Amino acid sequence: MGLLSKRDAALLTDPLADNNPITIQVLGICSALAITAELKASIVMAVSVLFVLGLGNVVISLMRNIIPSKIRIIVQLIVVATLVIIVDLVLKAFAYELSKTLSVFVGLIITNCIIMGRFEAFALGNGPWRAFLDGIGNAVGYGVILIAVGFFRELLGSGTLLGFKVLGDPIEKSGLYAIGYENNGFMLLSPMALIVVGILIWIQRSRNTTLIEEN
Amino acid sequence: MEHIELFFKSIFIDNMVFATFLGMCSYLAVSKKVATAVGLGAAVIFVLAVTVPLNWLLDQYILKDGALVWLGPEYADYDLSFLSFIMFIATIATMVQLVEIIVEKFSPSLYNSLGIFLPLIAVNCAILGGSLFMQSREIPSLGLALTYGVGSGIGWFLAILAIAAIREKIRYSSVPPALRGLGITFIITGLMAIGFMSFGGMLTGGDEEVKPAAAPEVVIEKVQEKVEKEVIAKNTKRIQ
Repeated sequence: MGLLSKRDAALLTDPLADNNPITIQVLGICSALAITAELKASIVMAVSVLFVLGLGNVVISLMRNIIPSKIRIIVQLIVVATLVIIVDLVLKAFAYELSKTLSVFVGLIITNCIIMGRFEAFALGNGPWRAFLDGIGNAVGYGVILIAVGFFRELLGSGTLLGFKVLGDPIEKSGLYAIGYENNGFMLLSPMALIVVGILIWIQRSRNTTLIEEN
Repeated sequence: MEHIELFFKSIFIDNMVFATFLGMCSYLAVSKKVATAVGLGAAVIFVLAVTVPLNWLLDQYILKDGALVWLGPEYADYDLSFLSFIMFIATIATMVQLVEIIVEKFSPSLYNSLGIFLPLIAVNCAILGGSLFMQSREIPSLGLALTYGVGSGIGWFLAILAIAAIREKIRYSSVPPALRGLGITFIITGLMAIGFMSFGGMLTGGDEEVKPAAAPEVVIEKVQEKVEKEVIAKNTKRIQ
Protein backbone atom coordinates (compact mmCIF):
# COMPACT_ATOMS: atom_id res chain seq x y z
CA MET A 1 0.00 0.00 0.00
CA GLY A 2 1.23 3.43 -0.82
CA LEU A 3 -0.49 5.40 1.92
CA LEU A 4 0.20 3.17 4.90
CA SER A 5 3.24 1.06 5.61
CA LYS A 6 2.68 -2.40 7.02
CA ARG A 7 3.50 -1.25 10.54
CA ASP A 8 1.07 1.63 10.32
CA ALA A 9 -1.69 -0.56 8.95
CA ALA A 10 -1.25 -2.92 11.88
CA LEU A 11 -1.93 0.01 14.20
CA LEU A 12 -5.33 0.36 12.58
CA THR A 13 -6.31 -3.29 12.35
CA ASP A 14 -4.91 -4.82 15.55
CA PRO A 15 -7.40 -3.21 17.92
CA LEU A 16 -10.29 -4.46 15.81
CA ALA A 17 -9.94 -8.05 16.90
CA ASP A 18 -6.93 -9.51 18.66
CA ASN A 19 -6.10 -6.48 20.73
CA ASN A 20 -9.59 -5.11 21.14
CA PRO A 21 -9.78 -2.41 23.81
CA ILE A 22 -12.96 -3.79 25.40
CA THR A 23 -12.72 -7.55 25.15
CA ILE A 24 -8.95 -7.97 25.52
CA GLN A 25 -7.45 -4.90 27.16
CA VAL A 26 -10.53 -4.37 29.41
CA LEU A 27 -10.54 -0.62 28.93
CA GLY A 28 -13.46 1.72 28.59
CA ILE A 29 -16.13 -0.59 29.89
CA CYS A 30 -17.56 2.12 32.10
CA SER A 31 -19.36 4.13 29.47
CA ALA A 32 -19.68 1.25 27.04
CA LEU A 33 -22.37 -0.65 28.87
CA ALA A 34 -24.81 1.89 30.12
CA ILE A 35 -25.81 3.43 26.81
CA THR A 36 -26.10 0.33 24.64
CA ALA A 37 -29.83 -0.26 25.08
CA GLU A 38 -30.38 1.50 21.75
CA LEU A 39 -28.35 1.17 18.59
CA LYS A 40 -28.53 4.89 17.85
CA ALA A 41 -27.01 5.89 21.18
CA SER A 42 -24.23 3.34 20.72
CA ILE A 43 -23.37 4.74 17.30
CA VAL A 44 -23.28 8.30 18.60
CA MET A 45 -21.10 7.23 21.51
CA ALA A 46 -18.74 5.39 19.18
CA VAL A 47 -18.42 8.43 16.92
CA SER A 48 -17.81 10.73 19.90
CA VAL A 49 -15.05 8.50 21.20
CA LEU A 50 -13.57 8.30 17.68
CA PHE A 51 -13.40 12.09 17.56
CA VAL A 52 -11.99 12.55 21.06
CA LEU A 53 -9.44 9.75 20.82
CA GLY A 54 -8.25 10.54 17.30
CA LEU A 55 -7.78 14.23 17.97
CA GLY A 56 -6.61 13.84 21.55
CA ASN A 57 -3.89 11.38 20.54
CA VAL A 58 -2.59 13.86 17.97
CA VAL A 59 -2.61 16.77 20.44
CA ILE A 60 -0.85 14.79 23.17
CA SER A 61 1.64 13.42 20.66
CA LEU A 62 2.48 16.93 19.47
CA MET A 63 3.02 18.07 23.05
CA ARG A 64 4.84 14.94 24.19
CA ASN A 65 8.25 16.59 24.41
CA ILE A 66 7.16 19.62 26.39
CA ILE A 67 4.87 18.01 28.99
CA PRO A 68 6.73 17.59 32.29
CA SER A 69 6.14 13.97 33.23
CA LYS A 70 5.02 14.83 36.78
CA ILE A 71 1.93 16.72 35.71
CA ARG A 72 1.13 14.76 32.58
CA ILE A 73 -2.08 13.26 33.99
CA ILE A 74 -3.54 16.71 34.58
CA VAL A 75 -2.47 17.89 31.12
CA GLN A 76 -4.08 14.83 29.56
CA LEU A 77 -7.27 15.33 31.54
CA ILE A 78 -7.51 18.95 30.43
CA VAL A 79 -7.02 18.01 26.77
CA VAL A 80 -9.72 15.33 26.96
CA ALA A 81 -12.08 17.53 28.93
CA THR A 82 -11.81 20.27 26.31
CA LEU A 83 -12.55 17.85 23.48
CA VAL A 84 -15.45 16.33 25.41
CA ILE A 85 -16.95 19.76 26.03
CA ILE A 86 -16.90 20.29 22.25
CA VAL A 87 -18.69 16.96 21.71
CA ASP A 88 -21.21 17.77 24.43
CA LEU A 89 -22.05 21.19 23.03
CA VAL A 90 -22.35 19.84 19.48
CA LEU A 91 -24.71 17.09 20.69
CA LYS A 92 -26.79 19.57 22.66
CA ALA A 93 -27.07 21.82 19.62
CA PHE A 94 -27.87 19.24 16.94
CA ALA A 95 -29.28 16.20 18.75
CA TYR A 96 -30.80 17.43 21.99
CA GLU A 97 -32.98 14.37 22.62
CA LEU A 98 -30.04 12.05 22.19
CA SER A 99 -27.85 14.12 24.47
CA LYS A 100 -30.56 13.72 27.12
CA THR A 101 -30.47 9.92 26.68
CA LEU A 102 -26.71 9.84 26.97
CA SER A 103 -26.91 12.24 29.97
CA VAL A 104 -23.77 12.09 32.07
CA PHE A 105 -22.15 9.47 29.92
CA VAL A 106 -20.91 12.05 27.45
CA GLY A 107 -19.03 13.66 30.32
CA LEU A 108 -17.73 10.29 31.36
CA ILE A 109 -15.80 9.98 28.10
CA ILE A 110 -13.23 12.06 30.01
CA THR A 111 -12.52 9.22 32.37
CA ASN A 112 -12.94 6.54 29.74
CA CYS A 113 -9.91 4.40 30.39
CA ILE A 114 -9.30 3.79 26.67
CA ILE A 115 -8.47 7.42 26.20
CA MET A 116 -6.06 7.78 29.10
CA GLY A 117 -4.69 4.34 28.34
CA ARG A 118 -3.83 5.21 24.73
CA PHE A 119 -2.37 8.56 25.73
CA GLU A 120 -0.10 6.91 28.27
CA ALA A 121 0.79 3.86 26.27
CA PHE A 122 1.10 5.28 22.79
CA ALA A 123 0.74 9.00 22.20
CA LEU A 124 3.46 9.94 24.69
CA GLY A 125 6.03 7.93 22.77
CA ASN A 126 5.10 8.26 19.11
CA GLY A 127 4.73 10.86 16.39
CA PRO A 128 1.39 12.49 15.56
CA TRP A 129 0.59 10.48 12.41
CA ARG A 130 1.11 7.11 14.09
CA ALA A 131 -0.71 8.34 17.18
CA PHE A 132 -3.62 9.38 15.01
CA LEU A 133 -3.82 5.95 13.38
CA ASP A 134 -3.59 4.26 16.77
CA GLY A 135 -6.36 6.47 18.10
CA ILE A 136 -8.62 5.74 15.15
CA GLY A 137 -7.90 2.00 15.34
CA ASN A 138 -8.70 1.75 19.03
CA ALA A 139 -11.78 3.93 18.80
CA VAL A 140 -13.10 1.78 15.96
CA GLY A 141 -12.36 -1.40 17.94
CA TYR A 142 -14.32 0.09 20.81
CA GLY A 143 -17.11 1.20 18.51
CA VAL A 144 -17.48 -2.24 16.93
CA ILE A 145 -18.20 -3.86 20.29
CA LEU A 146 -20.48 -1.02 21.31
CA ILE A 147 -22.49 -1.30 18.11
CA ALA A 148 -22.66 -5.09 18.34
CA VAL A 149 -24.00 -4.93 21.88
CA GLY A 150 -26.42 -2.14 20.94
CA PHE A 151 -27.60 -4.15 17.93
CA PHE A 152 -28.48 -7.26 19.91
CA ARG A 153 -29.99 -5.42 22.83
CA GLU A 154 -32.25 -3.29 20.69
CA LEU A 155 -33.20 -6.13 18.34
CA LEU A 156 -34.05 -8.62 21.08
CA GLY A 157 -35.29 -6.09 23.61
CA SER A 158 -37.65 -3.95 21.61
CA GLY A 159 -37.70 -5.62 18.18
CA THR A 160 -36.46 -2.47 16.45
CA LEU A 161 -33.23 -1.26 14.88
CA LEU A 162 -32.55 2.48 14.93
CA GLY A 163 -36.25 2.85 15.70
CA PHE A 164 -37.48 0.85 12.66
CA LYS A 165 -39.72 -2.09 13.45
CA VAL A 166 -37.72 -4.82 11.73
CA LEU A 167 -39.50 -7.73 13.36
CA GLY A 168 -43.04 -6.53 12.68
CA ASP A 169 -45.48 -4.69 14.89
CA PRO A 170 -46.11 -6.15 18.36
CA ILE A 171 -49.52 -4.48 18.70
CA GLU A 172 -50.94 -5.39 15.30
CA LYS A 173 -49.34 -8.85 15.59
CA SER A 174 -47.66 -8.66 12.21
CA GLY A 175 -44.34 -10.18 11.11
CA LEU A 176 -42.68 -12.43 13.67
CA TYR A 177 -45.22 -11.46 16.31
CA ALA A 178 -47.92 -13.23 14.30
CA ILE A 179 -46.41 -16.59 15.23
CA GLY A 180 -46.26 -15.77 18.92
CA TYR A 181 -42.84 -14.12 19.24
CA GLU A 182 -42.46 -11.79 22.23
CA ASN A 183 -39.92 -9.08 22.93
CA ASN A 184 -37.53 -9.85 25.73
CA GLY A 185 -37.85 -6.64 27.72
CA PHE A 186 -35.12 -7.81 30.04
CA MET A 187 -32.55 -7.09 27.34
CA LEU A 188 -33.18 -3.39 27.84
CA LEU A 189 -32.23 -3.49 31.51
CA SER A 190 -28.68 -2.84 32.58
CA PRO A 191 -27.60 -6.34 33.74
CA MET A 192 -28.05 -7.77 30.26
CA ALA A 193 -25.40 -5.45 28.86
CA LEU A 194 -22.84 -7.19 31.04
CA ILE A 195 -24.04 -10.62 30.04
CA VAL A 196 -24.04 -9.75 26.33
CA VAL A 197 -20.45 -8.50 26.57
CA GLY A 198 -19.56 -11.64 28.51
CA ILE A 199 -20.98 -13.77 25.72
CA LEU A 200 -19.12 -11.76 23.06
CA ILE A 201 -15.89 -12.37 24.96
CA TRP A 202 -16.74 -16.05 25.16
CA ILE A 203 -17.30 -16.28 21.40
CA GLN A 204 -14.12 -14.39 20.61
CA ARG A 205 -11.98 -16.51 22.90
CA SER A 206 -13.36 -19.81 21.73
CA ARG A 207 -12.48 -18.83 18.17
CA ASN A 208 -9.00 -17.66 19.08
CA THR A 209 -7.74 -19.92 21.84
CA THR A 210 -4.44 -18.05 22.30
CA LEU A 211 -6.37 -15.34 24.12
CA ILE A 212 -7.56 -17.60 26.93
CA GLU A 213 -6.48 -16.41 30.38
CA GLU A 214 -5.26 -18.36 33.34
CA ASN A 215 -8.01 -18.72 35.89
CA MET B 1 -35.15 11.05 56.98
CA GLU B 2 -34.21 12.25 53.53
CA HIS B 3 -30.56 11.66 54.43
CA ILE B 4 -31.25 8.04 55.30
CA GLU B 5 -33.36 7.60 52.21
CA LEU B 6 -30.71 9.04 49.91
CA PHE B 7 -28.02 7.04 51.68
CA PHE B 8 -29.66 3.68 51.13
CA LYS B 9 -30.85 4.66 47.68
CA SER B 10 -27.32 5.43 46.56
CA ILE B 11 -25.93 2.25 48.08
CA PHE B 12 -28.48 -0.25 46.79
CA ILE B 13 -30.88 1.09 44.20
CA ASP B 14 -28.56 3.36 42.25
CA ASN B 15 -25.50 1.27 42.97
CA MET B 16 -22.65 2.72 40.93
CA VAL B 17 -21.42 -0.57 39.56
CA PHE B 18 -24.64 -2.47 39.04
CA ALA B 19 -27.05 0.25 37.96
CA THR B 20 -24.84 2.72 36.12
CA PHE B 21 -21.64 0.79 35.35
CA LEU B 22 -19.36 3.42 36.78
CA GLY B 23 -15.81 2.54 37.69
CA MET B 24 -15.98 -0.74 35.82
CA CYS B 25 -12.38 -0.59 34.64
CA SER B 26 -10.82 -0.63 38.07
CA TYR B 27 -13.64 -2.86 39.30
CA LEU B 28 -12.56 -5.53 36.82
CA ALA B 29 -8.83 -4.93 37.07
CA VAL B 30 -8.35 -4.75 40.85
CA SER B 31 -10.81 -7.43 41.96
CA LYS B 32 -8.56 -10.47 41.93
CA LYS B 33 -7.86 -10.39 45.68
CA VAL B 34 -10.10 -9.31 48.54
CA ALA B 35 -7.32 -7.40 50.32
CA THR B 36 -6.53 -5.10 47.41
CA ALA B 37 -10.21 -4.71 46.62
CA VAL B 38 -10.81 -3.45 50.16
CA GLY B 39 -7.97 -0.95 49.78
CA LEU B 40 -9.30 0.46 46.55
CA GLY B 41 -12.88 0.47 47.83
CA ALA B 42 -11.90 2.42 50.93
CA ALA B 43 -9.99 4.93 48.82
CA VAL B 44 -13.04 5.40 46.59
CA ILE B 45 -15.34 6.07 49.58
CA PHE B 46 -12.82 8.55 50.92
CA VAL B 47 -12.33 10.47 47.67
CA LEU B 48 -16.05 10.51 46.84
CA ALA B 49 -16.82 11.88 50.29
CA VAL B 50 -14.40 14.75 49.65
CA THR B 51 -15.03 15.55 45.99
CA VAL B 52 -18.82 15.35 45.76
CA PRO B 53 -19.50 18.07 48.38
CA LEU B 54 -16.66 20.17 46.97
CA ASN B 55 -18.04 19.94 43.45
CA TRP B 56 -21.48 20.68 44.86
CA LEU B 57 -20.17 23.99 46.21
CA LEU B 58 -18.48 24.68 42.89
CA ASP B 59 -21.67 23.93 41.00
CA GLN B 60 -23.84 25.97 43.33
CA TYR B 61 -21.70 29.10 43.55
CA ILE B 62 -19.84 29.23 40.24
CA LEU B 63 -21.17 27.01 37.49
CA LYS B 64 -24.96 26.93 37.68
CA ASP B 65 -27.18 29.25 35.69
CA GLY B 66 -27.26 32.45 37.74
CA ALA B 67 -24.93 31.08 40.39
CA LEU B 68 -22.63 34.08 40.25
CA VAL B 69 -25.34 36.35 41.64
CA TRP B 70 -23.52 36.54 44.98
CA LEU B 71 -20.91 38.70 43.23
CA GLY B 72 -23.56 41.29 42.44
CA PRO B 73 -26.84 41.54 40.56
CA GLU B 74 -25.14 42.25 37.23
CA TYR B 75 -23.76 38.71 37.18
CA ALA B 76 -27.22 37.13 37.43
CA ASP B 77 -27.46 35.90 33.84
CA TYR B 78 -24.10 34.19 33.56
CA ASP B 79 -24.36 30.44 32.90
CA LEU B 80 -21.02 28.69 33.14
CA SER B 81 -22.38 25.15 33.27
CA PHE B 82 -20.59 24.23 30.03
CA LEU B 83 -17.38 24.44 32.04
CA SER B 84 -18.48 21.84 34.55
CA PHE B 85 -16.60 18.88 33.01
CA ILE B 86 -13.28 20.64 33.09
CA MET B 87 -13.84 22.16 36.54
CA PHE B 88 -14.96 18.87 38.06
CA ILE B 89 -12.09 16.86 36.66
CA ALA B 90 -9.57 19.51 37.70
CA THR B 91 -11.00 19.53 41.23
CA ILE B 92 -10.87 15.76 41.38
CA ALA B 93 -7.31 15.52 40.11
CA THR B 94 -6.13 18.20 42.54
CA MET B 95 -8.03 16.76 45.49
CA VAL B 96 -6.67 13.29 44.86
CA GLN B 97 -3.17 14.70 44.83
CA LEU B 98 -3.86 16.71 47.99
CA VAL B 99 -5.44 13.79 49.79
CA GLU B 100 -2.43 11.69 48.87
CA ILE B 101 -0.02 14.26 50.35
CA ILE B 102 -2.07 14.73 53.51
CA VAL B 103 -2.51 11.03 54.12
CA GLU B 104 1.18 10.43 53.56
CA LYS B 105 2.07 13.09 56.12
CA PHE B 106 -0.39 12.23 58.88
CA SER B 107 -1.03 8.54 58.57
CA PRO B 108 1.78 6.58 56.93
CA SER B 109 0.08 3.28 57.68
CA LEU B 110 -3.09 4.34 55.86
CA TYR B 111 -0.89 5.66 53.07
CA ASN B 112 0.78 2.31 52.73
CA SER B 113 -2.53 0.58 52.27
CA LEU B 114 -4.29 3.23 50.16
CA GLY B 115 -1.28 4.93 48.58
CA ILE B 116 -0.89 2.97 45.39
CA PHE B 117 -4.59 3.27 44.60
CA LEU B 118 -4.96 7.00 45.00
CA PRO B 119 -3.40 8.06 41.67
CA LEU B 120 -5.55 5.41 39.93
CA ILE B 121 -8.62 7.01 41.36
CA ALA B 122 -8.26 10.34 39.57
CA VAL B 123 -9.28 8.63 36.37
CA ASN B 124 -11.88 6.32 37.91
CA CYS B 125 -15.24 6.96 36.26
CA ALA B 126 -16.99 6.43 39.57
CA ILE B 127 -15.52 9.61 40.99
CA LEU B 128 -16.37 11.89 38.08
CA GLY B 129 -19.66 10.04 37.67
CA GLY B 130 -20.53 10.79 41.29
CA SER B 131 -20.08 14.49 40.71
CA LEU B 132 -21.92 14.49 37.39
CA PHE B 133 -24.88 12.56 38.81
CA MET B 134 -24.89 14.91 41.78
CA GLN B 135 -25.25 17.76 39.29
CA SER B 136 -27.83 16.14 37.02
CA ARG B 137 -30.00 14.89 39.91
CA GLU B 138 -29.97 18.38 41.43
CA ILE B 139 -29.13 17.40 44.98
CA PRO B 140 -30.44 20.30 47.07
CA SER B 141 -27.99 20.76 49.95
CA LEU B 142 -24.37 20.34 50.94
CA GLY B 143 -25.24 17.79 53.63
CA LEU B 144 -27.17 15.68 51.12
CA ALA B 145 -24.26 15.90 48.69
CA LEU B 146 -21.99 14.50 51.39
CA THR B 147 -24.49 11.72 52.11
CA TYR B 148 -24.71 10.97 48.42
CA GLY B 149 -20.94 10.82 48.06
CA VAL B 150 -20.46 8.52 51.04
CA GLY B 151 -23.41 6.33 50.04
CA SER B 152 -22.23 5.85 46.47
CA GLY B 153 -18.75 5.12 47.73
CA ILE B 154 -20.05 2.42 50.07
CA GLY B 155 -22.12 0.96 47.24
CA TRP B 156 -19.02 0.72 45.07
CA PHE B 157 -17.05 -0.75 47.96
CA LEU B 158 -19.66 -3.47 48.50
CA ALA B 159 -19.66 -4.33 44.82
CA ILE B 160 -15.91 -4.71 44.49
CA LEU B 161 -15.71 -6.62 47.76
CA ALA B 162 -18.37 -9.06 46.61
CA ILE B 163 -16.85 -9.69 43.20
CA ALA B 164 -13.35 -10.11 44.66
CA ALA B 165 -14.63 -12.71 47.10
CA ILE B 166 -16.43 -14.55 44.32
CA ARG B 167 -13.36 -14.48 42.09
CA GLU B 168 -11.20 -15.91 44.86
CA LYS B 169 -13.60 -18.83 45.14
CA ILE B 170 -14.10 -19.32 41.44
CA ARG B 171 -10.43 -20.11 41.01
CA TYR B 172 -11.24 -23.60 42.29
CA SER B 173 -14.13 -24.26 39.91
CA SER B 174 -13.88 -25.55 36.40
CA VAL B 175 -15.03 -22.72 34.19
CA PRO B 176 -15.13 -23.34 30.42
CA PRO B 177 -11.66 -22.31 29.19
CA ALA B 178 -12.85 -19.55 26.89
CA LEU B 179 -14.86 -17.93 29.67
CA ARG B 180 -12.04 -17.90 32.21
CA GLY B 181 -10.99 -14.58 33.64
CA LEU B 182 -12.82 -11.72 32.04
CA GLY B 183 -15.80 -13.50 30.53
CA ILE B 184 -17.03 -15.16 33.68
CA THR B 185 -16.46 -11.97 35.67
CA PHE B 186 -18.75 -10.10 33.31
CA ILE B 187 -21.45 -12.71 33.57
CA ILE B 188 -21.23 -12.89 37.37
CA THR B 189 -21.46 -9.11 37.55
CA GLY B 190 -24.54 -9.29 35.36
CA LEU B 191 -26.15 -11.82 37.68
CA MET B 192 -25.26 -9.71 40.70
CA ALA B 193 -26.80 -6.71 38.98
CA ILE B 194 -30.01 -8.68 38.52
CA GLY B 195 -29.91 -9.43 42.24
CA PHE B 196 -29.43 -5.78 43.07
CA MET B 197 -32.39 -4.83 40.89
CA SER B 198 -34.63 -6.40 43.51
CA PHE B 199 -33.71 -3.54 45.82
CA GLY B 200 -35.61 -1.28 43.42
CA GLY B 201 -38.86 -1.42 45.36
CA MET B 202 -37.18 -0.90 48.71
CA LEU B 203 -38.01 2.77 49.19
CA THR B 204 -41.16 3.11 47.13
CA GLY B 205 -43.04 0.75 49.43
CA GLY B 206 -43.78 3.45 52.01
CA ASP B 207 -44.78 6.12 49.52
CA GLU B 208 -47.76 4.28 48.11
CA GLU B 209 -49.70 4.47 51.36
CA VAL B 210 -52.21 7.23 51.89
CA LYS B 211 -50.98 10.06 54.05
CA PRO B 212 -53.90 11.07 56.30
CA ALA B 213 -52.35 12.84 59.29
CA ALA B 214 -48.82 13.87 59.99
CA ALA B 215 -48.31 12.37 63.42
CA PRO B 216 -49.18 8.66 63.02
CA GLU B 217 -47.55 8.54 59.63
CA VAL B 218 -44.15 9.35 61.10
CA VAL B 219 -44.44 6.38 63.43
CA ILE B 220 -45.34 4.08 60.59
CA GLU B 221 -42.42 5.34 58.56
CA LYS B 222 -40.05 4.87 61.45
CA VAL B 223 -41.15 1.29 61.94
CA GLN B 224 -40.82 0.64 58.24
CA GLU B 225 -37.41 2.23 58.27
CA LYS B 226 -36.36 -0.10 61.05
CA VAL B 227 -37.65 -3.12 59.18
CA GLU B 228 -35.93 -1.92 56.04
CA LYS B 229 -32.69 -1.48 57.90
CA GLU B 230 -32.89 -4.98 59.27
CA VAL B 231 -33.57 -6.39 55.84
CA ILE B 232 -30.67 -4.43 54.45
CA ALA B 233 -28.37 -5.56 57.21
CA LYS B 234 -29.37 -9.14 56.58
CA ASN B 235 -28.89 -8.85 52.84
CA THR B 236 -25.56 -7.08 53.20
CA LYS B 237 -24.33 -9.86 55.41
CA ARG B 238 -25.44 -12.38 52.86
CA ILE B 239 -23.71 -10.55 50.04
CA GLN B 240 -20.49 -10.19 51.94
